[in-house]
Amino acid sequence: MTTTLPPAPTAPAAPRTVTPAPEARPSGPERRRELSGTRITDALALVGSGVAAIALTALLASQLAPIQGVPACVAIATVLFVLLYGTLVSLDEDAPAVRDRLVMVTVHGLAFVVLATLAFIVVFTLARGASALPHLNFYREDMSLAGPLDPLTTGGIVHAIAGTLIQITIALAITIPLGVSTAVFLTEIPGRFSRFVRTVVEAMTALPSIVAGLFIYATAILTLGLDKSGFAASLAISVMMLPIMIRSSDVVLRLVPHTLKEASIGLGAGQWKTVWNVVLPTSRSGLTTAIILATARGIGETSPVLLTSGFTASLNLDPLHGPMVSLPLAIFQFVKSPEPTMIARGFGTAAVLMLLVVVLFVIARIVGGQTPATKERRRVRRERLVRSVRARTAAAGSNLTRLVPSRRQEKS
Amino acid sequence: MSRSTSGQPLDARLVHRVLGAFDRSPACRTTCPRAERISRRTVTTATTPDETAVADDPTAPDEPRRLSTRRAPSDVIFRGTIRAGGICVLVIMLFVGSFLLLRAWPALRTAGLSFLTTQAWEPDSGNFGIAAVIVGTALIALVAVCTALPLALGTALYISEYAPRRLRSGLVALVDLMAAIPSVVFGLWGVFFLQGHITSISQWLATVLHRVPLFRVDGADPSDPLTSTTVFTSSTFIAGIVVGMMITPIMTSIMREVFMQAPIGEREGALALGSTRWGMIRAVVLPYGTGGIIGATMLGLGRALGETIAVYMIISPVFVIQWHVLQNGTSSISALIALRYGEATPTGMAALMAAGLFLFLVTLVVNFAASAVVARSRSGANS
Repeated sequence: MTTTLPPAPTAPAAPRTVTPAPEARPSGPERRRELSGTRITDALALVGSGVAAIALTALLASQLAPIQGVPACVAIATVLFVLLYGTLVSLDEDAPAVRDRLVMVTVHGLAFVVLATLAFIVVFTLARGASALPHLNFYREDMSLAGPLDPLTTGGIVHAIAGTLIQITIALAITIPLGVSTAVFLTEIPGRFSRFVRTVVEAMTALPSIVAGLFIYATAILTLGLDKSGFAASLAISVMMLPIMIRSSDVVLRLVPHTLKEASIGLGAGQWKTVWNVVLPTSRSGLTTAIILATARGIGETSPVLLTSGFTASLNLDPLHGPMVSLPLAIFQFVKSPEPTMIARGFGTAAVLMLLVVVLFVIARIVGGQTPATKERRRVRRERLVRSVRARTAAAGSNLTRLVPSRRQEKS
Repeated sequence: MSRSTSGQPLDARLVHRVLGAFDRSPACRTTCPRAERISRRTVTTATTPDETAVADDPTAPDEPRRLSTRRAPSDVIFRGTIRAGGICVLVIMLFVGSFLLLRAWPALRTAGLSFLTTQAWEPDSGNFGIAAVIVGTALIALVAVCTALPLALGTALYISEYAPRRLRSGLVALVDLMAAIPSVVFGLWGVFFLQGHITSISQWLATVLHRVPLFRVDGADPSDPLTSTTVFTSSTFIAGIVVGMMITPIMTSIMREVFMQAPIGEREGALALGSTRWGMIRAVVLPYGTGGIIGATMLGLGRALGETIAVYMIISPVFVIQWHVLQNGTSSISALIALRYGEATPTGMAALMAAGLFLFLVTLVVNFAASAVVARSRSGANS
């Protein structure tokens, strides 16, 4: 072993250690060492065990064992792949590295299964509903004149779309004031009582939706004697949405910086002025997100509506009288029928419902993603744009003004 | 401010301004204890003998000023309104339980304790109980949690540890979106796709594990590979898998949140000591996230117990205790309510209310436990 020393000017006469000769170093700029990234052997091990697993499964399924169906083959191939990959890696690496690789493969596989299944559910719904979706009458007519044997060119779901919109509007009219004011109460008046309210609300967040429906059925319909109607359904949706909205608004309101509140109070503002001018504007985008997410949950629930709204095949715009159907309930009733056209209508309705949920969700992301910093950046950009436009119009205007007075003079 | 003179030092004038503001702000005492502390400290510094120009009586004992709360009328109205909102919500939530109890009372009085042990549902002849549906609900939830736990754990670990940084926020949004997919859509998928494809796995499980009572199937001979697959449809197993897919996103998002909060110092420490990524996860992330995993699982369990429509669409209801997970026919409390509320007589309705009350109490207990566990694992403030 040799020890390298820095070349010293006053070196002893007989050095025991030898400095490496300058030509031993590779010439040219030093190559940067790669710290991360996959090695070629890793990739080869993955691909190789994958190919081997598929080949072995094919051999097993076609020659050796009576294996039927795609899921069974996939399951066997997965197990074989993990085994083969573990063996292959253990040829080069020690035990901790092998465990690491196996866990990595498993975690990737599980995540892939979840995301692929969820994506497949969406695609499956769209594909099965594709035969109903292109017909314009699907969005313009109700089902009152369409029998179960009618083709897809008659009948539609406008009654369900209208019902969903009416019910969710009433539910929002109830839940937004009540929910946001309760969330403000939880953050602004802390104490034993508000802690109790918070605990109850948190426990209610996962209230089974059928129980919400049953509750409204017991109170509004059996006790107060309301009809099975859109209004009763929106009450049930409200009971279900309220805890979700309060909980997420509460989280958002608690994130408002204390310094802002203290500054406002320090400037002499009262509690009401502070909440109205500081707390609510600061958390506006978060509150909007909370409301929209609760709306998305409320739109998609079937079971509270099932008990409270009744079912009709015709358009009913009056929430107080008569049954009113909503999108999830319409899906539920469509697919009860054995007719393929009705099932296609059910899937088409599901596609419309999912589209509605996705649109709400995207709006929530856009609104919720707005921070004061991005808003400020956008404001600055807008102002710069306005200024440049103004400058240009001013330049053009000065040309105009040079022209206009002359015209006026001509007119006069 | 009226007492301030031009000759007094700057900081004393500042102190006065602060104090004046606090005097006029009626809410400072109750809303921000921190501000109150600051003001008291300022008071004591302001009345030290060095700055006697400020104080009225320099010989007065050095006591903290009492801050009284005089609220403006607008604040009184505001506090009253939001308090009323809170009380209103509390009343609604307490009404849910009490009204169900009120409506269920006749049925509970008729059936007595046998309500929990009877396996039939004939309320009009007084012979009804939820023993069968309790077992069905619990088995469906069990299958759902067994499906969802590994999937959610893997996805959460993938998002927090393995996914490329650029993909991460997109994946988080995707999982949150999936949590908002309506349950009726999951039900459609279960009925029209999963049911037809999973019976081969059911059959295989029944063949391999036919000695285990839970997986035995009456009417399917394990030695005969050509038995009809109809005994495997509409089973607890299929309903449980669909519900499991439904609760996976919400469990994933809670677990991911807890995993991402695992302290960076410990993570880097583990890596610097030479551990592999799995070593780091096992030594740091998983112990830190144990509470989150348990809490998320229990929240998922609560959801699975209460799920109605997807279960209702898949199962074919029976009212005897069905231990055989893979076999056709099962039942759950929520599906029972959805199935029978339409033709229910007043007695039948009362019996359904009693079943709903039981479901409500069970989910309440599960949720309380879950939120307690999650709250403890998150260390409070940012839940």
